[in-house]
Amino acid sequence: MNKIYWILVVALFLSCELLGQQVRKSTFEDVLLKNATIVTITNGTIEGDLLIKNGIIAEIGTSLSANGLSEIDCTGKFIYPGFIDGGTQLGLVEISSVSLTRDSDELGDYTPHMQALTAVNPNSVSIPVTRVNGVTTVFSKPTGDLFPGTGAVIDLHGYTPDQMYAGSKAVLMNFPSTGRRGRWDRRSEEDITKDNEKAMKKLKKFWDQAKIYSQINQTGGDYNPQLAAMVPVLKGDAPLMIEVNKKSDILNAIEWVNKQSIKAIFTGVSEGWRVADSLAKYKIPVITGPVLQVPSRASDKYDVSYSNPGKMLKAGVKVAIRTNETENVRNLPFNAGFAAAYGMGIDEALRAITITPAEIFGIADKYGSLEKGKVANLFVCDGDPFETKTQIQHLFIRGWNVPLESRHTLLYDEFLERDPGIKK
Amino acid sequence: MKNIITIILSTLFSLSVCAQQEGDILIKNGTVITITDGVKEQTDVLIRNGKIEEIGENLSASNVKTIDAEGMFVMPGIIDAHSHIALDVVNEATNPVTAEVFVGDGLDPYDVSIYRALAGGVTISHAMHGSANAIGGQCETIKHRYGEVDPEAIRMDGAPRTIKFALGENPMRVHGEGNGIAPATRMGMEQIFRNAFEEGKAYMKAQKDYAAGKADFPPLYNTRSEVMADILKGDIIIHCHSYRADEIYMLLKVLEDYGVKRICFQHVNEGFKVAPELAAYGAHASVFSDWWAYKFEVYYSTAYNAAILAENGVVTSINSDSGELIRHLYHEAAKTQRYGGLSDNEALKLITLNPAIQLGIEDRVGSIEKGKEGDIAIFKNHPLSIYAIPQITIVDGIVRFDINEDNYDMRLDIDPDEKIPTFYETETHSHHGEGDRCMQDVYEFLNHKH
Repeated sequence: MNKIYWILVVALFLSCELLGQQVRKSTFEDVLLKNATIVTITNGTIEGDLLIKNGIIAEIGTSLSANGLSEIDCTGKFIYPGFIDGGTQLGLVEISSVSLTRDSDELGDYTPHMQALTAVNPNSVSIPVTRVNGVTTVFSKPTGDLFPGTGAVIDLHGYTPDQMYAGSKAVLMNFPSTGRRGRWDRRSEEDITKDNEKAMKKLKKFWDQAKIYSQINQTGGDYNPQLAAMVPVLKGDAPLMIEVNKKSDILNAIEWVNKQSIKAIFTGVSEGWRVADSLAKYKIPVITGPVLQVPSRASDKYDVSYSNPGKMLKAGVKVAIRTNETENVRNLPFNAGFAAAYGMGIDEALRAITITPAEIFGIADKYGSLEKGKVANLFVCDGDPFETKTQIQHLFIRGWNVPLESRHTLLYDEFLERDPGIKK
Repeated sequence: MKNIITIILSTLFSLSVCAQQEGDILIKNGTVITITDGVKEQTDVLIRNGKIEEIGENLSASNVKTIDAEGMFVMPGIIDAHSHIALDVVNEATNPVTAEVFVGDGLDPYDVSIYRALAGGVTISHAMHGSANAIGGQCETIKHRYGEVDPEAIRMDGAPRTIKFALGENPMRVHGEGNGIAPATRMGMEQIFRNAFEEGKAYMKAQKDYAAGKADFPPLYNTRSEVMADILKGDIIIHCHSYRADEIYMLLKVLEDYGVKRICFQHVNEGFKVAPELAAYGAHASVFSDWWAYKFEVYYSTAYNAAILAENGVVTSINSDSGELIRHLYHEAAKTQRYGGLSDNEALKLITLNPAIQLGIEDRVGSIEKGKEGDIAIFKNHPLSIYAIPQITIVDGIVRFDINEDNYDMRLDIDPDEKIPTFYETETHSHHGEGDRCMQDVYEFLNHKH
């Protein structure tokens, strides 16, 4: 009896603990959003209604009838498509300083076969924290050496990776850099050049092997998981996402890409503004960011990171924005807002976190705008979603009505007026 | 050599730096956000000899530089209660207690981060010792007089002395894990503080006994004990790096036992859990707007922290602790409107008057009031809007940042060996691990040891 009593006490204690950490369940329902300002991104802004049916945007129009479905009055409010972050470690890293919670960085220089989708934790506490700010979809990517792995686009709702997978993957590559790795990097100029040459040789060797493998693979031969992971890239079925930032490295990467017949995406691209014309000329799409970062050179103008997306866009580059964050991917709209203020403009900055990343990932038929037939990833808010004070009031991911709860809101609810307060 | 001198001189010239540190300026027709006396439309602010002389309509003054702020927002210069810019060294990570050291001995007026902070409207920052030690070094409150090359010129003369304390993982990692000495736990932390205060007390008593003729000799002069005694006397404000509610509560208890009143908790991510206790003690809180989950002790935190603390009556500020965030503290403050719905004035107080109170300089700066120092930030669009763009930043009546005179390269000091300016790859998480300024100079020290 005593034992059972204690088990019950412990169980009760644990369940209370869990209650404090988990958010309420979402509900899957057909719903009509009435009388909203609908910012479609691709078809202008419409005053009207939006119908969600079976997880899909079934209709956008005026005076739609609910026909018995539940209805949400959105008078004076706005509907936007869910924001898409083109580069994060969300779900792969829980607490970055605790190494055993870091699943983004496998050992080895050539690990393109490492699948982000395998290690994405659907129950990461950061996921609800992110989506309540209107970010519904992210590219989650491995980090590390030359070929760190294969990233995946995921929706921020679901209990298994398969339930979250949004149908697009990309193989990551860190282009050999001639930049310093940080202020602590004290290598001499010569050593940096030597290291870079070594890395370029390694790249060439692996790439040549992958090409041969891709050819003989058709007719049999020994299985090599590393090389096998490169086959979709070499066949043009999957993009190669290349992290590259320094001006001279970007130019080298352009030259390298031009020698291959692959679909390339450049990411990071913090000095893209210096070589924007080249990026535009060779039509290489860019997922840049974070916008909120210090300039990479002490000699840079203070605002180069803010103005970089706008400058590339004006030169004709296809530009999406990423945070490159983990727990603060929620700042994506603010990164876009700064880009908007420093030259990109509001409309284009909106595209950079909606339709443009959807296009770059090849999922624009389902994501990135409010259109009939697209996945119902959207949110309702009371103002400009870039403005810091704007509140998000309803959130739908794949048609699931997601409660606007996260660890952060739950702690607020519990502690704003703590009970007991100061009394002992 | 000649070339370098020319470069430096021409840079200085382009900054239009004057030898004087106080200037005269008339700012016309702005929307003046005073912080302490509401928002005044179409209002002028006159600064003379570095001080705000008058606030009103249709002011005029002869022989004074005039700025047309029509359609602009004029607010007090932003104050950052936690930064590590303009410092050569940050951590004296050799002992759990190093109260005797002073970051002000290693000021770097050439740091381009000062200019970048000005470009975000920040006029004053609290240049702090790091968090490697339970009791770290004394800190320096600096004015962003970028262009001055004498380290003395960036000190804010007369600002109260402050000292860095640190709780939790950082000192435990450096000393417990790294050196095998206490503190390895949060229990050990408490005893480090108690012992240090006891030493200070004994030192004061020995001095007193000698002065009263009760002892033949004064105590042997000891710089560490001198500083501990000054804290006990209330002459130094403690700024304590902290995260968890239990450790915050512990330090409150220790300070209560030793009668130390002036305490500002820094970061204080779980401050919201003990907000009533902080308010009752009169302790202050200087927090991040939204940083969390980068280490275990900040995993159970919330971006609503500032709002909960403020609503519970704790004097709260938003700080940067980062050369990145210091560039847009106005945006960080605005996050308290998304997370907790603070009013415009409450949100702006978090980066003006409240950090001034925490640094003990609220009589001089932190609001636009007659007699206060002429530290002003002028914005296009409301400073809490995402579209805000700082235009002009003024320190003591001298323009130190003007978006229309922002040259490409604003460095004051150029390495003649540097053919192409160094490019640094983005540090993905600048606030973690080796990029953590709070832990700067620590890893090298530990690495040498092992």
